[in-house]
Amino acid sequence: MNRAADRILLEAKGLSASYGRAQVLFGVHLELRVGEVVALMGRNGAGKSTTLKALMGLVPARGSVRFEGQDILGQQPYRIARLGLGYVPEERRIFTDLTVYENLEVGRKDATGDGRAWTLDRLFRIFPNLSEMKGRRASAMSGGEQQMLTIARTLMGNPHAVLLDEPSEGIAPVIVEQMADAVLAMKKEGIAVLLSEQNLYFAAAVADRAYVIEKGGIRFEGSMAELEGNDEIREAYLSV
Amino acid sequence: MDPAFIVVQALSGLANASSLFIISSGLTIVFGVTRIVNFAHGSLYMLGAYLGITIVPRLLDIDRTPTMFFAGVLLAALAVGLIGVLMEVLLLRRIYKVPELFQLLATFGVVLIVQDLVQKIWGPVDIAGPRAPSLRHGIQIMGQRFPAYEMFLLFVGPAVLVLLTLLMQKTRFGVLIRAATQDREMVGALGVNQAMLFTGTLFLGAFLAGLGGALQIPRVPANGHMDLSIITEAFVVTVIGGMGSVPGAFVASLIIGLLQAFGILIFPKITLVLVFLLMAVVLVVKPWGLMGRPEATANRAVLPEGILSLKPFGTGERLVAALVVVALLAVPLMGDAYKTKVGIEILAFALAAFSLNFLVGAGGIVSFGHAAYFGIGAYAAGLLVVGPLKLPMEGALVAAPLAGGLAAALFGYFVVRLSGIYLAMLTLAFAQITYAVFFQWAEVTGGDNGVVGVWPSAWASSRSVYFYVVALLAVAAIVFLRRIIYAPFGYTLRAARDSANRADAIGIDVRTHRWLSFIVAGAAAGLAGGLYAFSKGSIDPTLISIGMSVDFLMMILSGGLQTVMGPLVGAGFFHAIKDFFMPLTDFWRFFLGLSIIVIVLAFPRGLVGAVDAGREALAHRRAG
Repeated sequence: MNRAADRILLEAKGLSASYGRAQVLFGVHLELRVGEVVALMGRNGAGKSTTLKALMGLVPARGSVRFEGQDILGQQPYRIARLGLGYVPEERRIFTDLTVYENLEVGRKDATGDGRAWTLDRLFRIFPNLSEMKGRRASAMSGGEQQMLTIARTLMGNPHAVLLDEPSEGIAPVIVEQMADAVLAMKKEGIAVLLSEQNLYFAAAVADRAYVIEKGGIRFEGSMAELEGNDEIREAYLSV
Repeated sequence: MDPAFIVVQALSGLANASSLFIISSGLTIVFGVTRIVNFAHGSLYMLGAYLGITIVPRLLDIDRTPTMFFAGVLLAALAVGLIGVLMEVLLLRRIYKVPELFQLLATFGVVLIVQDLVQKIWGPVDIAGPRAPSLRHGIQIMGQRFPAYEMFLLFVGPAVLVLLTLLMQKTRFGVLIRAATQDREMVGALGVNQAMLFTGTLFLGAFLAGLGGALQIPRVPANGHMDLSIITEAFVVTVIGGMGSVPGAFVASLIIGLLQAFGILIFPKITLVLVFLLMAVVLVVKPWGLMGRPEATANRAVLPEGILSLKPFGTGERLVAALVVVALLAVPLMGDAYKTKVGIEILAFALAAFSLNFLVGAGGIVSFGHAAYFGIGAYAAGLLVVGPLKLPMEGALVAAPLAGGLAAALFGYFVVRLSGIYLAMLTLAFAQITYAVFFQWAEVTGGDNGVVGVWPSAWASSRSVYFYVVALLAVAAIVFLRRIIYAPFGYTLRAARDSANRADAIGIDVRTHRWLSFIVAGAAAGLAGGLYAFSKGSIDPTLISIGMSVDFLMMILSGGLQTVMGPLVGAGFFHAIKDFFMPLTDFWRFFLGLSIIVIVLAFPRGLVGAVDAGREALAHRRAG
């Protein structure tokens, strides 16, 4: 790996977050380097989605979060997005009243930095299905197609890094494969990805490194291969 | 019937529908994006009319042409659009995340402020506007004369619909508005600056309200009542059409315009009732309106939190309660006649406020029209005493809670089927029906003037004695309601408040429980109204007005929604303040509006809530 690729893009230190009186995150540390895919693994309720939301500014949090060298904790989500951090929510949250094209339009932002801007043509090369249904209302799409649209919508904002919440959750196996291809395609384009995941097979197929989170704290950090080889950690935090 | 007459009547209905749509479209767009039901939308409409009668004549003095007329109308609308921007930046921006009840109250605060400002600037007298050059004549339609300006208006609504549709479908701003209507948080996470989007939306919404108002000036003189009369109609349109839906607002405007045009032929007195009945039926069949949809992200409460703890009285509280009762008993002995009168009013209001908090705090049913039951109780008592029956006070005070309870049973049957903002809107609509009925049915109710001579029976005619009558009944009713809150029924109600679905799933009949609580609260408010009527000696429609409903809400808010006894403190505090300040200034509405906004922003937990919070903090410090 070259030097640029070792640069830390996103870094959380001592990240804590609460919903009302219930604290969910207790000092999470993690980092995401340029061009890598990192899986944040853990069971339901371990704090995966909350971590991603806290990074994106969608839930109030304490600690420190730096992105592209800037302190982004406490900033509004739209400012964080404009710095080049993309977010793909778990529940898809497609604008179902809008057409596919309009959904992409909402996500469109000018490129920041020296990245190559995404165009519809480039997007449709990765998501060929979408090009065939540009004018269709999103409510008339299948769940898998909607999932692809959420990623495409986020890419329209020309992010340097994407937070991907539970990409393989609740979709058909054949779509899971497409999803893995999409993640790898993003990686090829130089976009760093931090994804939350329960499915070890999916994570192993796409991720370089992994964190394991349990009860709001990071319990393991290492390469994907290390996690796969570590029965103890897998038993303790991932098996259901 | 003469076909020509029917055609002309239909055209005039459509012209009204067209105007109504222009205004309602703004309200519904603003609601869609900001999720705020803007009470002040009617005030923006009124400002449009007043700015119209100010700007348009000046331009016509320069050149008496249609161009100048419409330039003036557009200028007025643009100015109102800027006022909308100001309102967004100064107020709405601070309340996007607060519960709906607070938003409604805060924007009603703006209504009050604008009312006083308009009166200060333009005076209390109606001002007729200029007529539009070249549109002053009549058109012959099948032998009947139809005003050209009405004909012109008939086309403006559809034109606005077309332009809005183009804006929504073809521009990035429109696409963002539609996306934000569905999920504004996601729009933010995709990098869109919501603040700019919201400001832009408010400009558009206020511009439409101003346009609607300015276009009215050749038809109706600008006057100080335009705001509340139009806002009620616009609420009905948006609720029937589906809140947030522009095409829905168009369809609903058409239905209402035609219903009013033809309803007036069949039921001349009760066109308003017809409109509201339509609304009730639509909401029962389609709870989200004709073209609305359930809220996508229902992650926001209508209430901050209802009544939190049900700690029974400790020794301290018992002592305070006993002291309060002793102080009550002493009022007629210590105070003069005036203080006794204020005491009676506070007691009646305390009961009304307590019954409202019974609904809001325990049941999570945010009624925006509690004055209806208070007023019906007052009218029932008053009309029975003064009317042909000449019932004595005792009978009237039995009838008052019965009437309030019956009305609540009727209205509540529809109300408890809804939740959230639709529920609040429906309660408001029912209160407005009641207001309209009592206002229009002058032969029986005395109309605007009401009825005088509602005095207690001879034995209770002294103020002091009547004070004790009120104290006894009000305290008994409050103790009874409090008992219900602490009974299993109250727990069930709170379970349904916190999660209707889960309560349903464990076998609670949520709807019936909510309905029963609505009836009980209505009956208590009716009793309060009856008691109040005999103290005042008269009844009039202000007892049913939106202002009265808001007063009750302010009482429970200033006392503290989360507390059981807070509403009593709030009623005393609010009424005393109002009674003290109102005579001092011509600007009491301005100051009332301002204080509503301040309370909503600064003390969302109310007075008793603030004391509780202080106590908690103290206990915390001691423990730590």
